[in-house]
Amino acid sequence: MTTQETTSAADAPTRANLPMAKALNAGLRQAMLNDPKVLMMGEDIGPLGGVFRVTEGLHAEFGEKRVLDTPLAESGIIGTAIGLAMRGYRPVCEIQFDGFVFPGFDQITSQLARMRNRHEGGVTMPVVVRIPYGGHIGSIEHHQESPEAYFAHTPGLRVVSPSNPHDAYWMMQEAIASNDPVIFFEPKSRYWPKGQVDLTAAGTPLHASKVVRTGTSVTVVGHGAMVSVLLQAAELAAAEGISLEVIDLRSISPIDYAPILESVHKTGHLVVAQEAAGFVSVGSEIAATVTERAFYSLEAPVLRVSGFDTPFPPAAVETHFLPSPDRVLEAVDRSLAY
Amino acid sequence: MPVTSNDAPVRTLTSPTVQLLSTDGTFAPSESAAEFLPYFERLTEADYRKFYRDMVVVRKFDTEAANLQRQGQLALWVPSHGQEAAQVGSAYATRAQDHVFPSYREHVVGMIRGLDMVDILRMLRGVTLGGWTPEEHGNFHLYTLVLASQTLHATGYAMGMQLDGATATGNPDTDAAVIVYYGDGASSQGDANEALVFAASYQTPQVFFMQNNHWAISVPVSRQSRTPLYLRAGGFGMPGIQVDGNDVLASYAVTAKAMDDARAGHGPSLIEALTYRVGAHTTADDPTKYRDPDELAYWVARDPIERFRSYLKGLGVEQEFLDSVDEEAADHAADVRRRALEITSPDRSIIFDNVYAEPHPLVVEQKAWLDGYETSFDGSES
Repeated sequence: MTTQETTSAADAPTRANLPMAKALNAGLRQAMLNDPKVLMMGEDIGPLGGVFRVTEGLHAEFGEKRVLDTPLAESGIIGTAIGLAMRGYRPVCEIQFDGFVFPGFDQITSQLARMRNRHEGGVTMPVVVRIPYGGHIGSIEHHQESPEAYFAHTPGLRVVSPSNPHDAYWMMQEAIASNDPVIFFEPKSRYWPKGQVDLTAAGTPLHASKVVRTGTSVTVVGHGAMVSVLLQAAELAAAEGISLEVIDLRSISPIDYAPILESVHKTGHLVVAQEAAGFVSVGSEIAATVTERAFYSLEAPVLRVSGFDTPFPPAAVETHFLPSPDRVLEAVDRSLAY
Repeated sequence: MPVTSNDAPVRTLTSPTVQLLSTDGTFAPSESAAEFLPYFERLTEADYRKFYRDMVVVRKFDTEAANLQRQGQLALWVPSHGQEAAQVGSAYATRAQDHVFPSYREHVVGMIRGLDMVDILRMLRGVTLGGWTPEEHGNFHLYTLVLASQTLHATGYAMGMQLDGATATGNPDTDAAVIVYYGDGASSQGDANEALVFAASYQTPQVFFMQNNHWAISVPVSRQSRTPLYLRAGGFGMPGIQVDGNDVLASYAVTAKAMDDARAGHGPSLIEALTYRVGAHTTADDPTKYRDPDELAYWVARDPIERFRSYLKGLGVEQEFLDSVDEEAADHAADVRRRALEITSPDRSIIFDNVYAEPHPLVVEQKAWLDGYETSFDGSES
């Protein structure tokens, strides 16, 4: 990782071309350098560097007191992180896979999310829970899920998900610096594609959504891995003369509606895409809110493109389950035909 | 130990329960008490008087709080009647620098750590979800209502003490440890077991103080465990000690040693204090529906306060002192009652103000909306 030393020297590089996994690693490392209270906790995150190698090298650099390989118990990881946060630490917990967060769900929703409120502001809970999430990797059950709505539904939590290496680098540092608990969904299918990271400035605040491609016909919104699907859809649509405006949600709680509403005022059409099941989902929430706030701008109902309301299927048929660029365009066509 | 009601017979397992006072209050240390005698010997008669006074004061408080609930002044009350010795003895084994993570029945532990008992009633009166600032009240953390959740918070806190170098330096006046309270019911929770795993793994400066009061609402301890609970400690890799939790001196001595060991860097331990929930689980419960009156009688005859009073009388403690404690307890209860009735409701802003450290647009917007909505009625009827 010699390409992105940022801690010293005027000749430090200002940009790096990194895959998201390395950008997250660099973000974690920078946060640990910035604040000695930042700790890493999780299963296999020490010498191995995590099953996705996102914490690679941190154990060697910072030692076992700051990079804790924990016992194999998610509730234990979150519960002890709460105690460490009470003591003034800033734990970053890795949950190995999306579907393994549920043994820790009670500690996250009943304790972590509420501790500050229960103490009437007397404690802060600067805990980050990192969750590699989502499909497209052809894996087995519990390894491809998108459980973000459960957490977005829980008052007291912040929920974010980067779609690209630059955001991953900066959002990770901002999440760790937050005095509220942040559930950080890492789109694991995007761990490996490289992207440019500006090492000098974030550019966009943690909880801001962002227009990543301008267009005039239909607004399409998504987060995490879905953003690249939406961008592919936009390319295909452009060939047919349809101009999609693509918005990267970035933050799921809170949701930054301003760019979405501004875009809908312009296009009159909104399609929300997500890998999660559509029923009672983040997409449902956006559809409801945009309908409330931009009713007279809408020329068609807000449409959702989602995973189906089934468990994530066997990997052999996951391409039928996951929203594809074509599925997005099917919804775009329906919206325009309305 | 009596056999508790359950369909299957309970095997009688003999255990070296640590005891200093026999049930009639005579000083008769069990064989297993030998290693704890030096801790007992730290105590003076002044300490005995404090122990007695606190047990009597909290029992009276307990009765008063139950009355307040019956009169509609509290949503719920959680009695500690019968468990005073386990709680008072263990609480006096803590030092100022230690941190205490209670479950929700450890009222007198809070009192000993400096908590105003009215603060406990605030949560049960429905005006707060918490009630006090731990750092300003003897590091006595908030009650936790989801069983065993606090065992992990305590373990994490103890890990933090290790990382800070706040323990195991060899200075007993500053080295800190954590004590966490939970019960026989909570011992079945996953979190209680994960906490023991983490504590053993990281060798945290910590004592798991489990009050086995024999009942988890209506379910007897035999449903939770077929082995004495202190024996589980060995499976996790830490010492387990069973103490007569109705013996305040033994409860003190055993906890004092475990806390000393924890502060000195010798790792965590588990104490099972055998006691009995004489009252109901909460005021919403009716133990006559599931408990054998003979079992209750067995335990009432082993009342911790009666036992300790007999011991004090044997030492020649004057009746005047005992009477003055009764008076003090009555005054304290009356004072708590008076002030409990004066507790006022918080402003509605408490709904919103502490959910997030940094403003969350949804919450900010909803608070403003509610303000506008509710003030729209102001003066509308005049």
